[in-house]
Amino acid sequence: MYPSEYRYTKDHEWINIEGNFAIVGITDHAQNQLGDIVFVELPEGGSTFTIGDEFGTVESVKAVAEIFMPITGEIDSINEALEENPELVNERPHDDGWMVRIRYSDPSELEDLMDHEAYEAYVEEESK
Amino acid sequence: MKYLPLSPKDKTEMLEFVGAKTIDDLFASIPSDLKFRGSLNVPSAYSEMEIREHFENLAGKNKLLAARFLGAGVYAHFYPVIVDALSQRQEFLTSYTPYQPEISQGTLQYLFEFQTMITTLTGLDVSNASMYDGATAAAEAVLMASRLRKRRPRVLLSRALHPNYIKVIETYLSNLELHIQMVGQADGVTNVSELKENLDNDVCAFVVGYPNFNGIVEPLEQISEAVRASGAMTIAVTTEALSLALLKSPGSCNADLSVGEAQSFGNAPQYGGPHLGFFTCLDADKRQMPGRICGQTVDRQGKRAFVLTLNAREQHIRRAKATSNICSNEGLCALRATIYLSAMGKVGLRKLAIANHSKAVYLHKCLGAIDGVTVTNAAFFNEFVVRLPRPAKSVLKGMAEHGVQAGVDLGRFDERRDHEILVAVTELNTRKQLDAYVTALEGLL
Amino acid sequence: MNDFREFLLFERSRQGKVGCPMPALDVPEVELESSLPEMTRAELDVFPEISEVEVVRHFTRLSQWNFGIDQGMYPLGSCTMKHNPRINEAMAALAGLANAHPLAEDSQVQGCLGVIHELQSYLCEITGLPYCSTQPAAGAHGEFTGILLIKALLDKRGSKRSIVIVPDSAHGTNPATASLCGFDVKEVKSDKHGRVDMEHLASMVNDQTAGMMITNPNTLGIFETNIAEIAEILHAKGALLYMDGANMNALVGKTRPGDMGVDVIHLNLHKTFSTPHGGGGPGSGPICCTEELAPFLPTPRVTKDGNDIYAWSNDFPDSIGKVHGWYGQFGVLVRALTWILTLGKEGLVRHTEHAVLNNNYLRKMLAPHFDIPYPAETLHETVFTDKRQQAHGVSTMDIAKSLLDYGFHPPTVYFPLVVPGALMVEPTETESRGELNRFARALMDISNRAASDPQSVTSAPHTTQIQRADETIAARQPILRWQPKTS
Repeated sequence: MYPSEYRYTKDHEWINIEGNFAIVGITDHAQNQLGDIVFVELPEGGSTFTIGDEFGTVESVKAVAEIFMPITGEIDSINEALEENPELVNERPHDDGWMVRIRYSDPSELEDLMDHEAYEAYVEEESK
Repeated sequence: MKYLPLSPKDKTEMLEFVGAKTIDDLFASIPSDLKFRGSLNVPSAYSEMEIREHFENLAGKNKLLAARFLGAGVYAHFYPVIVDALSQRQEFLTSYTPYQPEISQGTLQYLFEFQTMITTLTGLDVSNASMYDGATAAAEAVLMASRLRKRRPRVLLSRALHPNYIKVIETYLSNLELHIQMVGQADGVTNVSELKENLDNDVCAFVVGYPNFNGIVEPLEQISEAVRASGAMTIAVTTEALSLALLKSPGSCNADLSVGEAQSFGNAPQYGGPHLGFFTCLDADKRQMPGRICGQTVDRQGKRAFVLTLNAREQHIRRAKATSNICSNEGLCALRATIYLSAMGKVGLRKLAIANHSKAVYLHKCLGAIDGVTVTNAAFFNEFVVRLPRPAKSVLKGMAEHGVQAGVDLGRFDERRDHEILVAVTELNTRKQLDAYVTALEGLL
Repeated sequence: MNDFREFLLFERSRQGKVGCPMPALDVPEVELESSLPEMTRAELDVFPEISEVEVVRHFTRLSQWNFGIDQGMYPLGSCTMKHNPRINEAMAALAGLANAHPLAEDSQVQGCLGVIHELQSYLCEITGLPYCSTQPAAGAHGEFTGILLIKALLDKRGSKRSIVIVPDSAHGTNPATASLCGFDVKEVKSDKHGRVDMEHLASMVNDQTAGMMITNPNTLGIFETNIAEIAEILHAKGALLYMDGANMNALVGKTRPGDMGVDVIHLNLHKTFSTPHGGGGPGSGPICCTEELAPFLPTPRVTKDGNDIYAWSNDFPDSIGKVHGWYGQFGVLVRALTWILTLGKEGLVRHTEHAVLNNNYLRKMLAPHFDIPYPAETLHETVFTDKRQQAHGVSTMDIAKSLLDYGFHPPTVYFPLVVPGALMVEPTETESRGELNRFARALMDISNRAASDPQSVTSAPHTTQIQRADETIAARQPILRWQPKTS
């Protein structure tokens, strides 16, 4: 279910490192909790954020969730497809539903994040 | 107790059923030292006959003169009897906000129709389902502009904007990091060169009356052009919505937000409320709008249906981060406006606007011919400022003795203007009234 | 319910039809080119051209797709859908009141000023607070005004504070209001009884706390028994207590916010005092406050002299200013005053009692069938959940939609947020025992069917004009106005 090469946050973002870049989205569990996603608000390319900063919001019909930076860095690009097709986050949260691509600075920040097994356990614990 | 359907027997049996000896047992959760043990200082129940007598007596204490020329943001217009008859149908009157679309299609469809007609009038893309009134709509527009133009902590207001609207905006911004700067007026219109001097990249918006408080049609295109060039937003505020049936729409003049008061459409003056704030914006900005918005969709059988939409902006979902705290709006007033506008129709509304304008122009011309009286030269819709040779207060008093409520004493808003009155003319003012106005004023001066 | 389509107004339009002819112009028609040169617009393209008959049929048909309180029980928790008497409407429509202009001289509108003054005095009496403003236009607007008063008082004291506390069960308007007034919001938890967690509260209140907003009885229908202590905790630290009066209908004549230590409260005239909700408004949200907060009330304020002459006064230099273009929702004030006078002092109390009795009766009937998350006793409303029905795959939304087929409006659903799958039922005092019984039977029947034939519940409604409108499509590709088809 959760890709083994990704890392995960307690706020239900995933992060996938590709060289100097990190791709970020929300997890299948997160999209499931939100229900049908109708709008994703993302920052402009070039803006910079610190780990833990809110960088966007995901709206469903009845709820809204903030998305937080899992790593410090500059927004390199955003998934523009989500503007027209926010349902990609529901349908393929871990790939086509990605949100931002970040040029990150400090890889050591990744160390505190969960791997897929830890995240799965975390989700199970949270849903109890 | 005509509104309480439980019989004494019901009450006894129901108390028994819930295991209470007396009704007071049901209030046991209220600590006894907090219980109110006195008797409320409110009269004993009035019968319906006594209610009528009481309110007819109060209504009788109001002195409404036969010929009324009061405007300044609240206008007496004719509306057909079907506005009352249809809007008083209980299905509209007594229903709640349409949270359950299956049994609220009536409300939702008229809101969709309302939004369509309001956007046509303002020339912008998106309308919400109404705001409390024009003044709060203007204040919310400023807040919206500050969200859309982040890190621009100043807003400019035209001095020729309605003074009450300025006051409400001041109150709304009083605790926010958003500062008001006034732009002066010259001869009753916004001083555009002063505006240009003050526009910089700290300014999020400029708010201008259209027509302004003096009734004058501001050069909105010219203003919007300058404002847009600075990166700020133009907020056009219209207090007489009927004017938009005749004037170029704010959207076509490149205003970014067009808001105001639509009481004129089917709603009586009612001593200031409930009225009908309207609020429109460009499509790109819609997710920063305050208030309810109705949208079209389909039901599970594919039938056209309407729902409240873009809800994630609102307080019940976004809570502290909502675009506004507004919850109740002016739904019933919006219904009255929708019925009114459908009855007036495409041709009728424009004709009505021309009638208002023609009557105002007629009176303006006649008054301008009176010795000692000065009237504006600028273009206006149905309202204009008259400068009198004597303090307005005494002249208005004299006019009242002739049965004419001749206008609003502008000294009430600005003591330096105590020789000026603001005169509004609508279709309710007949030629006879207009001529009598002129004769009475000539006699007084 | 009928199933024929009603078109949009614009789709009915045919050139040349007239709905409301106006008299011939009795002055010369202006030349627009000279009076408004280059200032006029093109025609109002999408506006309809239809006859009066069609206008009447259109809106009558639309009305038939709505559900109103005159048709049956409308137990929307927290919204207080009680009987809306027609006499209230008739009094508000009296020409002398409805046609009064807000800029008429005070001497010409003594009747209007009298209405406002009289209503304010009763609202003060009911809340046990000495000052009132009827300017706020709705509940949330009253909250805004009240929090501004608190801010103004703190400023006057030279006290800089940035936090407003709200319970986790609060209406969304509370945190939204606090933000609008420039405050940060902190949530206080509910305890296991559904009341404010006193330990948590005590640990939160400090010299940064401006105040707390509390609904009492809270959104679970439970009286905050520690309200006086809450007020003391806040006052001891220099903070103030705001009460959201949305549920004041449970308290009128039984206890007074002023006696609880509340500093300022708003009342929803469209809830407690029966003014109609009008499909979303207008409401009216007067506030009542202590003497200490009174200097900051909105202006103008109505005054009365020794000769019973009323006047508006702006002579309050500490006022927060204006929150509404004029004096608030005057027409709604007339309706509320009509209600208060019709009930009278005894009736106001009886109404409170019957509202609470009706709720407890309904609660007792439904308790065997629906989960009640907080067992504490409730006043005017009770929150149930779908916990038991969830075992069969039936949710709160399904229960709500199923109720439509029984001819009832559903309760408030999924609120308060602290209760998963909440069904918040408020019967009000104006329901008869027979209606309560019918409503309870409908819910029990749904609960039974949830177990025996869940599909019949999850597929509801079956009898309405439309069925389960797709809110996702509406929000993903918003269509927010009608536009002519471009061919």
